[in-house]
Amino acid sequence: MKRRKPMNRNPAKQSGSSDRPPGALDRDIQAKIGDQLRAMHDDIVNQGVPDRFADLLARLDKPDTSEGQ
Amino acid sequence: MPLDPTLRDAMLAAVPRLRGFAVSLCGNVDRADDLVQETLVRALSNIDSFRPGTNLTAWLFTILRNHFRSEYRKRRREVEDVDGRHTDGLRSQPEQMSHVELGELRVALTKLPPDQREAVVLVGASGFSYEEAAEICECAVGTIKSRVNRARTRLAELMAIDDATDFGPDAAMQAALSERDVGT
Repeated sequence: MKRRKPMNRNPAKQSGSSDRPPGALDRDIQAKIGDQLRAMHDDIVNQGVPDRFADLLARLDKPDTSEGQ
Repeated sequence: MPLDPTLRDAMLAAVPRLRGFAVSLCGNVDRADDLVQETLVRALSNIDSFRPGTNLTAWLFTILRNHFRSEYRKRRREVEDVDGRHTDGLRSQPEQMSHVELGELRVALTKLPPDQREAVVLVGASGFSYEEAAEICECAVGTIKSRVNRARTRLAELMAIDDATDFGPDAAMQAALSERDVGT
């Protein structure tokens, strides 16, 4: 498999028997993943509706005017 | 046939979320906008198959998702240079996240199989419930849940590796510290 960094975390494999709390680092990473997924999404959503889409719908909605030329 | 103005407004109102989904799926704003445009064109030409009173947003997401899937199959061979194109396609970033970090997530997302990618984005970013995501992906709720779980596990692996390699001494030190804290 892929080469891991020397940080020796492998929480998923031995459930229960480990004396580590189940993945403290994992929880951090999961929180980070959640934050980043939302950040990436919100960043785009906050841009609103680009003009091209309003134009597109207006154009498609009136096929008679655009077809004449 | 002219489009019901209410329906048109609802379609436009869905555009920001459709773009958010599309960018997360394909990692590139320009491609994402093409996906959304194609989605709207398809939606309009199939507007008769939309049942009024049902969830228009979910219906549009389904169209986008299906279109992405067929595009994905076509493009699979040509997408070797995704890493470079992601950052190019990224125009603005929220300030609290560095470019590097969001770029890292984008790259990690592209390494997921598309079924896992769409599931984790729908639930984790677009804000759909498992039930809605299942409807959009046309599969069982349990299937969505397991895809989301597998996606999260895989992303965690990818990001943990990136953390240590890409973020220099700080991240490596942090990883070492938290490891020591938990007593390995």
